Amino acid sequence: MSFSSDDIKNVATLARLHVDEEKVEKLGQDINNILALVDQLKAVDTTGIEPMAHPMDAVQILRADEVTETDQREKFQACAPATEEGLYLVPKVIE
Amino acid sequence: MQWETVIGLEIHVQLATKSKIFSGSSTAFGAEPNTQASAVDLALPGTLPVPNEQAFRYAILFGLAIDAEINKRSVFERKNYFYPDLPKGYQTTQLDKPIVGPGHVEVDLPDGSSKTVRIHHAHLEEDAGKSLHEDFHGMSGIDLNRAGTPLIEIVTEPDMRSSEEAVAFAKKLHSIVTSLGICDGDMSQGSMRFDVNISVRPVGQEEYGTRTETKNLNSFRFMERAIKLEVERQIDVIEDGGRIVQETRLYDGDKDLSRSMRSKEEANDYRYFPCPDLLPVVFEDDYIEALKEQMPELPDARKARFVAQYSLSDYDASILSADAATAQYFETVAEHAGDAKLSANWVMGELSGRLNSEDILIQNCPVSAKALGQLVLRVKDGTISSSGAKKVFGILWQGEQNDVDQIIDQEGLKQVSDTGALEAMVDEVLAGMPDQIAQYKAADEKKRKKLMGGFMGPLMKASKGQGNPKLFNEILQRKLNG
Repeated sequence: MSFSSDDIKNVATLARLHVDEEKVEKLGQDINNILALVDQLKAVDTTGIEPMAHPMDAVQILRADEVTETDQREKFQACAPATEEGLYLVPKVIE
Repeated sequence: MQWETVIGLEIHVQLATKSKIFSGSSTAFGAEPNTQASAVDLALPGTLPVPNEQAFRYAILFGLAIDAEINKRSVFERKNYFYPDLPKGYQTTQLDKPIVGPGHVEVDLPDGSSKTVRIHHAHLEEDAGKSLHEDFHGMSGIDLNRAGTPLIEIVTEPDMRSSEEAVAFAKKLHSIVTSLGICDGDMSQGSMRFDVNISVRPVGQEEYGTRTETKNLNSFRFMERAIKLEVERQIDVIEDGGRIVQETRLYDGDKDLSRSMRSKEEANDYRYFPCPDLLPVVFEDDYIEALKEQMPELPDARKARFVAQYSLSDYDASILSADAATAQYFETVAEHAGDAKLSANWVMGELSGRLNSEDILIQNCPVSAKALGQLVLRVKDGTISSSGAKKVFGILWQGEQNDVDQIIDQEGLKQVSDTGALEAMVDEVLAGMPDQIAQYKAADEKKRKKLMGGFMGPLMKASKGQGNPKLFNEILQRKLNG
């Protein structure tokens, strides 16, 4: 598998990252080098092996359904750039 | 050309837990913005999710109710996309290992037949917050109270063939989740939201047509309208030589219009991967077995019981058993009234009519089931007439009084059932109506029935509306026909 310049731009867009045009090719090479390592791993026969969901061999602890949080809106909103009527304000988004 | 509609649904069901799926914030509806959004819900750095066991219990109960396989080991994934009401930049959801595997739901259709709708799977995930696009100086306002509310997303196979089938299925699902007590079922508050995948194909063709998805329908009526509208649109496009584009559409119920939201061809690539913050969740067989034993009565079983226990018709039983709250209300009324059929008529008639016209859920009904039961009892034992009972119901509805017998006394609605007194009244009234009596005696059977009404009016008037109409009728019959 190899990554083209268009793939780099697409992934950057999805991740909301700005990538300078002149860096696209270099980044593509770097990622292709990493993917080559992945290809080596993929050569291992994993037939019949359950995919690993987490490196720790443990299971999730669950909590009881209780309300334990109190309202701390004032503290949280003190570090937000803009708030009004209890809402966090963000640049306008309409699909 | 004859077209066939193919419909599949994705349903988001808000689970009725007290706290969120990954944090201890309250999920109560209607709080001031962001007062139920904790550090975890806001995705502040350094916070970690801890899953709520009740959300899993509810999901497993749903799985058991639709006869599904329960995945004893389920895994959370991150679904990555950017939107301000999703502060983490990903939704924590399930993909390959959802908690509930394939199952099925039996649906009774309006024409009396029934149909099996297959469920592909149901998975646990978190709800997003809400964006408010009113003008905040050119900005959008974000309320994260809903962020992290537990959902199960139920995905069906494309097994429905008309809007009627889709709505019948949706109502059945509503009935199941409310009977299980895992969702409050209040669609006006977004507790159940439907995404509808629709395509059309020529009758007889096996291959599916290109589908569109209409998102976020939150009432059965809108769902039915949106499907009809989209089916018409697709057929028009194809018959005009065009082709259907796979896209997401939005339906505006107030305008009864739909529009394209985004084309799936440029759709997001969600880049799912297993969530490293959460370990696999594992349940043992005995945990699931124990839940099976706690399973409340499901709608199909309840309907059968209503027919057997109360001798209700199939139709009455299916309406009264559909949701748990209505079923419970009815049973309490019937218990106090001692007459199931009469109780059924009151619950489905006067009470439902009033609830619908004022848009109130039966859980919030101002008339208690016990009070209505007492009222029905008084109709049954002849204390009041049915018109008197309606008057008492109106007073109960105001919510200030709940003692039925006291209201009957205070309004002077008690029927006179003393045969002697009634007979005297009949004699007196008849004495003043010789012409009508002659006319009655000359009439044939059919006409007599009609003429009878002419005597009832003056009798009710003479008794100030308190004479027992049934007894009046009996006395009249005896005197006139004898």
